[in-house]
Amino acid sequence: MRMHRRTLLALAVFTGLTAPSMALAADDTVKIGLLATFEGPFTVLGEDGERGAMTAVEEMKGMVAGKKIEIVKGSSDASPDSAVRAARKLVEQDGVKVLVGPLSGDEGIAVKDYAKTQPNVTFINGTSAAQDTTLRNPAENFFRFSTDGAQWMAGLGTYAFKDKGYKKVATVAEDYSFPYTQVFGFMAEFCKAGGHVPSKSWVPIGNKDFSSVIAAIPEDVDAIYVALGGADAVNFLTQYQQGGGTAPLIGGSITVDQTVLTSKGKLKDVLKGTPSAGPTADTNDAPAWKAFVEAYKKQPGAFPSPSLFAHGYYVDMKATLLGLDQVGGDVSDGGKKLRDALSKLSFDTPTGKVSLDKNRNAIADIFLTEVTEGADGNLLNKLVKVVPQVNQTLGIPEDEFMKLGAVNRDNPSCP
Amino acid sequence: MSLLDQPSSSSGLSSGDGMTRGQAWGLVGLLAAAVIAWLVFAVWPDWLNAILISKKAFVSAILNGITLAGLYFLVASGFTLIFGLMRNVNLAHGSLYLLGAYIGYEVTNRTGYWLLGVAAGFAVLAIVGVVMQVFVFRRLEGDDLRQTLVSIGISIVAADLMLAVWAGGTYQITTPEWLDGALTLPVITAVRSNGASVFLTYPLYRVVVLAAAIVIGVGLWLMLHKTRVGMMIRAGVDDRAMLQASGVNVHAVFAIVFAVGAGLAGFAGVVGGSALSVAPGEDVRYLLASLVVVIVGGMGSITGAAIGALLIGLAEQIGLVYFPTYGIVLTFVIMVVTLAVRPQGIMGKAR
Repeated sequence: MRMHRRTLLALAVFTGLTAPSMALAADDTVKIGLLATFEGPFTVLGEDGERGAMTAVEEMKGMVAGKKIEIVKGSSDASPDSAVRAARKLVEQDGVKVLVGPLSGDEGIAVKDYAKTQPNVTFINGTSAAQDTTLRNPAENFFRFSTDGAQWMAGLGTYAFKDKGYKKVATVAEDYSFPYTQVFGFMAEFCKAGGHVPSKSWVPIGNKDFSSVIAAIPEDVDAIYVALGGADAVNFLTQYQQGGGTAPLIGGSITVDQTVLTSKGKLKDVLKGTPSAGPTADTNDAPAWKAFVEAYKKQPGAFPSPSLFAHGYYVDMKATLLGLDQVGGDVSDGGKKLRDALSKLSFDTPTGKVSLDKNRNAIADIFLTEVTEGADGNLLNKLVKVVPQVNQTLGIPEDEFMKLGAVNRDNPSCP
Repeated sequence: MSLLDQPSSSSGLSSGDGMTRGQAWGLVGLLAAAVIAWLVFAVWPDWLNAILISKKAFVSAILNGITLAGLYFLVASGFTLIFGLMRNVNLAHGSLYLLGAYIGYEVTNRTGYWLLGVAAGFAVLAIVGVVMQVFVFRRLEGDDLRQTLVSIGISIVAADLMLAVWAGGTYQITTPEWLDGALTLPVITAVRSNGASVFLTYPLYRVVVLAAAIVIGVGLWLMLHKTRVGMMIRAGVDDRAMLQASGVNVHAVFAIVFAVGAGLAGFAGVVGGSALSVAPGEDVRYLLASLVVVIVGGMGSITGAAIGALLIGLAEQIGLVYFPTYGIVLTFVIMVVTLAVRPQGIMGKAR
């Protein structure tokens, strides 16, 4: 009977572990799930996303509509199945009715699909920025107050062609939905202006050794457009520098983000002067942005300037809390009131006004930037130009935009 | 059947009736070598450039594959050595790699001497290996499954501890200046219109990694085949009980093997962290790589680890350049084919 006793003991321990989390759903707290990449190649990004979300929570002093905010964290490793697993755990085990996240493109699409099976839970995006999370086949209960990867590129293609004079550009990007969206956003403008993209390299996420990819880039291009994130970007840039690469770079939004600019190594020489575009600019001198930077810096381990992940999670968490505030923190009706409030929500963020379109995707300002060295030796994104109120179809009428087709490896194309 | 076949197939010296199997393989090898030499040294015609993107891309992919193989070999050799002797599938081997890389980073960063970082990576991990063997695996001796499960546990705990200490950032171990820069290889990648040849350049550091892997590989082979300890290890691989019965202190031999195996993982961590980068998640990546290398090459064989590493390294790099989306599949196709055709691995012994 030894086995039997052991099994009983294991069961007892197990119930002991799970019971408290079930019992704690008291009336005077609002539980919010926070889903981000706390493991895998995008760990740094996820950690900064959390700092952003917590900045919003602390701005409200940890209270919404007189109730205490309780944050339950879920971790993914940037793969869609891990994101769904973490979302499942938060919703089905921890019983959250409101969930903020996830961080990365494919995760967003997967969580959107999961959202359809949980109509009584309200999902608010973190920073995932694939186009089709909201553009095609959206979920009624998935909201994105951060913009998508194509929107982030607004102005960059034209700037590269006209101001920088690049006519031929090769692209190197990770092989999943978010970089497809970014390349789409860049090429939509760049090709229209008359530029050509003769070669596109798609590399697996988490790839370490880029030297073969670098060797395969044609030698006659004017510049290389790089849309890689986190450790991938650092590896590419270091090896590009080691291999004596000379072509100038154009950065995807997360390639020249603080998560990459602050890494230790010999990146500075390669990155200085790299143009990019995204939802934030480090040298933005609007008072709202400066106040946000100060609040953000109080978070433990903060970067010199918030990354776009901190910004995205901040905006989405802020929207969530504003929505919850409007409905008195009440989600007992399956979150219907909350979702009505969120759809109509329009508010001022550190980077300007944000409102939602009919697919529940944000319309917001985008910043065209260039990498410079700050006074203290840190690399910063200098603000070049603000592109006001970019919508998901990039200003193109919707039916025309839908005709461009879904983004993928081969679309768009202008060799 | 084999009795009847033997005379004709083993009479390599007899002339007249065709080639033996060995000669046939030799000829195939020679042909392959000639084709590769031509691919590397000749100036490519346009049609070949059109098929294989460019000569620079192709030759770089081959060279990168070989240097990556060097790195994989360093990690996998320790893994295969430990398995061969102790039947212990140490799934915490990837964590040893990552810990070595972090220690190398810290030491290099604080002292400014890269070589010191490399030495520290080896030494500290060798000690960690001995500690693991003495305090964990020795207690579970003879219980393979539990040892494996415990090693999974160790790898999970180690990954979280390292995340707590070094956070999620990407670290780059700074190499000394004498290792920076590029070598110009006597390989012509293109001819300019004015007749000047463009030579291939290749990072010096990667060549050094490859050289280190070769030196260590040869050193390991010599240790196994020419020294007394090596003799004991080989005897232990074949029959552990018999070795113990003949008066050898098996535990001491185990500890030495674990020290060398773990130390090599740490060494590879520092060397690999300088060539590529150090970040959480590397542990799983290298564990997977060395598992595949060892399965393909044959569990317990150093030569097998070298062959496996070469196959996997080349497959990864060529896949990355020519069909990046399905490149990862190539690695596993090699593994599946090996398992189907020769389940014990290329150099493995059937047990």
